[in-house]
Amino acid sequence: MIEILDERKKQVLENGKDFYDIVCGKASTAGSVSQRACVFCGSRVVLYPIADALHLIHGPIGCAAYTWDIRGSLSSGPELYRMSFSTDLRENEVIYGGEKKLYVALSELIDKYHPKAAFVYSTCIVGLIGDDVEAVCHRVASEKGIPVLPVHSEGFKGTKKDGYRAACEALFKLVGRDDTTPVSPFSINILGDFNLAGEIWIIKEYYRRMGVEVTAGMTGDGRVDEIGRAHRAALNVVQCSGSMTYLAKMMKEKYHIPFIRVSYFGIEDMSAALYDVAKFFSSPEIMRRTQDVVREEVAALLPKIAEFRKDLEGHKAAIYVGGSFKAFSLVKALRHLGIKTVVVGSQTGTEEDYNYLKEITDEGTIICDDTNPLELSRFILEKGADLLIGGVKERPIAYKMGIAFCDHNHERKEALAGFEGMYNFCKEVHSSMMSPVWKFSPARLKYAGRAH
Amino acid sequence: MTGSTEHIRKASKPYTSTRNACKLCAPLGACFVFRGISGCIPLIHGSQGCSTYIRRYGISHFREPIDIASSNFTEATAIFGGRDNLLTAIGNVTRQYHPEAIGITSTCLSETIGENIPMYLRQYEASRAVHAENAPDAAPEMFYASTASYRGTHMDGFHEAIHAVVSKLAGTGGVEEKPEDRRRINLIPGFVSPEDLREMHEILTSFDVPYTLLPDYSESLDGPSWAEYQKLPEGGTPLDAIRRMSRAAGTLYFSQSVPWEHNAAAWLESRFGVRRENLPLPIGIENSDAFFQALEQFTGKTTPEKWLKIRGRLIDAYIDGHKYCFGKRAVIYGEEDFVISLAAFLNEIGIIPVLAATGAQSESFATRLRAVLKNCREEPVIADDSDFATMLEQAKKLAPDFVMGNSKGFYLSKNLEIPLVRCGFPIHDRIGGQRILHLGYRGTLNLFDRVCNALMESKQMGSRIGYTYI
Repeated sequence: MIEILDERKKQVLENGKDFYDIVCGKASTAGSVSQRACVFCGSRVVLYPIADALHLIHGPIGCAAYTWDIRGSLSSGPELYRMSFSTDLRENEVIYGGEKKLYVALSELIDKYHPKAAFVYSTCIVGLIGDDVEAVCHRVASEKGIPVLPVHSEGFKGTKKDGYRAACEALFKLVGRDDTTPVSPFSINILGDFNLAGEIWIIKEYYRRMGVEVTAGMTGDGRVDEIGRAHRAALNVVQCSGSMTYLAKMMKEKYHIPFIRVSYFGIEDMSAALYDVAKFFSSPEIMRRTQDVVREEVAALLPKIAEFRKDLEGHKAAIYVGGSFKAFSLVKALRHLGIKTVVVGSQTGTEEDYNYLKEITDEGTIICDDTNPLELSRFILEKGADLLIGGVKERPIAYKMGIAFCDHNHERKEALAGFEGMYNFCKEVHSSMMSPVWKFSPARLKYAGRAH
Repeated sequence: MTGSTEHIRKASKPYTSTRNACKLCAPLGACFVFRGISGCIPLIHGSQGCSTYIRRYGISHFREPIDIASSNFTEATAIFGGRDNLLTAIGNVTRQYHPEAIGITSTCLSETIGENIPMYLRQYEASRAVHAENAPDAAPEMFYASTASYRGTHMDGFHEAIHAVVSKLAGTGGVEEKPEDRRRINLIPGFVSPEDLREMHEILTSFDVPYTLLPDYSESLDGPSWAEYQKLPEGGTPLDAIRRMSRAAGTLYFSQSVPWEHNAAAWLESRFGVRRENLPLPIGIENSDAFFQALEQFTGKTTPEKWLKIRGRLIDAYIDGHKYCFGKRAVIYGEEDFVISLAAFLNEIGIIPVLAATGAQSESFATRLRAVLKNCREEPVIADDSDFATMLEQAKKLAPDFVMGNSKGFYLSKNLEIPLVRCGFPIHDRIGGQRILHLGYRGTLNLFDRVCNALMESKQMGSRIGYTYI
């Protein structure tokens, strides 16, 4: 039996059995193989999809090498964001400082690639060697005439969530730069969709059919100029709340733009995401059109889901994802397939999030914060899950245990958002669950017929 | 061609920044070495992200669970020092994984704040010895590799970790001496694929001598499907086999770029008088011949017939395919030793490496590379400290026919609209990267087939006619 470390015992509970409030939002326990990354990672994934910006990582090479082309975010135009730029600091700069190298690197790259803006990400050692990144950015911005934004993302200065915050702060500096381009009164910004596998295009199309315009996607298929006029949209629609609520709050305070939280995953949440926007504009025309969109999409989708459900009914799933908002949607989406969630956790959930998970899951479901591979393997076995939903780091756990897997992380190449995405999601779960290969899996053979 | 160094077209990087890096950081290399040691779990002394990024990068290639622990620095750790975090991490890893060994690496962060990890470990081991009676089985072996990510590349971390392990264990006793130890062969194969490691096992087994293959992640990073979840996947060089390295007949090390201070073979030689040979990676006939000759020399045995047959088939294949290859132009890149051996192989089959690049900063790369291009009818562009964006800019002027190396070179292949022959590490966009065989006669045969087939496919697809015989 795998032991749960003392420091982590209160970060795990069994619904209906343990009545303490889950402990969360703390730094990962040293020596626990956390699935989390660092502050830098949080910033990098949020800002990455801004396609016409230059993203320069200030530090030794690793951080840039490991994040080259890391997300499945698509662009309808520029491809500059897919380049991985690093100041590639060496021992000399660590001793004598990296400001000079940063200045030259930044200036050269701007001259070559003509970006609309530049982000400079600080990695762990930048603060320690005392580089004044702000000053360098300021100087280059004035010389080149584009925004050059420092991102305070030193890896050890908090968790991935602090990285989101640092990214929001950098983004916020881009907002409000364009007061002239016309913006429709029925206009929203989408915050926290990163256009993985073209997801934001699916969502934008729904809003277009409703008669609602999207001023800025933040940051999916993002453009510096669009973000510059985001402050004139009527509403901020926050999809990945963990990463972007902070920006929505700042925009509310400064520009008085209200925000709503939505999720684009699953039928109910996707429909609500459209209806909530329609309600906000209180236009009968938009509401009527929204009803049409939802009715058409759901009517086309349900029979297809029913087909998948025939095969999948009665199975059990474990979910371990980055943000807990996604976990909520997944629990609900799986219900349409007749799949019960028996383990659910996230890297960055809040107490409120976990309480909500308690409400929507059954008694006996394990809820966990910042878990690790060993715990996860134990929970899967204990609860008899036969499907794991997670990311690349969780995938081999599922496969080695002989259970199906669905990639719901930011590297995915299948669009899972929207009604279309719900279909893709069901299809992906189905294709992994129904594959004939499992009959050869030693773990399957061993546990076949075992009563859960 | 003269081969004299004056004619080398050494290309320098045109930009201060690195654009699409062709190297990784040092802790990555060290972590994979540690996963190639039986029951050893890597522990990175730094930010949580370092371990997560390296795990993700490795998992996408090996498609296996790769657990790497982290001491998880916080802001306070960076200010007050990481001793407590490291010790907590060691305790927690021991409790959860019951490892035989823990392989600790530093990072840019812990090195910059001047963490004295060896001292922490000495203190820890001393206090552990005092309390040994209370917890007899909770005493994993400790290794430490200093891997500042601003120094060198992942290969420096790789060699450093091997050196750390060997210098910690070899010759320290703890194993019963056996007479056959004197016949033992130490083989340090460098950063090669699990399939390569399996090939090395087969070759060494066929010589019928005891051997130590270090590291050996042939099972731990490419294992079978399981019946029970394994905390640490099985496989890896046994610790006792490392202890015995000091008494071996000789050490073969497939690296000529490893610096003296990280050269475990040199350490064994100077400390215990174990003969050594630092050889090129055995890719190509001549390099493979050198490997088998060294084995014959150290074991006093002749090469078993089966390898000579494969060698014969390789020559046969070279001849069958020579016209598809001759005069073709390749872009090759990757780790220094790997690129040099690839160049030697391409040279054997009449292909011109018009651009050969490595991400590592290296004084000797150009000279060593030029030296293996004996048939080259054109001076190649040779670049160390290079990156993929620079390579693309250079390659556009060189009319290459194909690109050969890890999957990050897809960036070149896509932009140049020429095939990519995938090999090396990482392979993130295909399945089976861990099963690519590169080494020995059989590995060379595999690479030769891949190169020829890529060129033939390119010709077939590029023709309107659609030949069915090529």
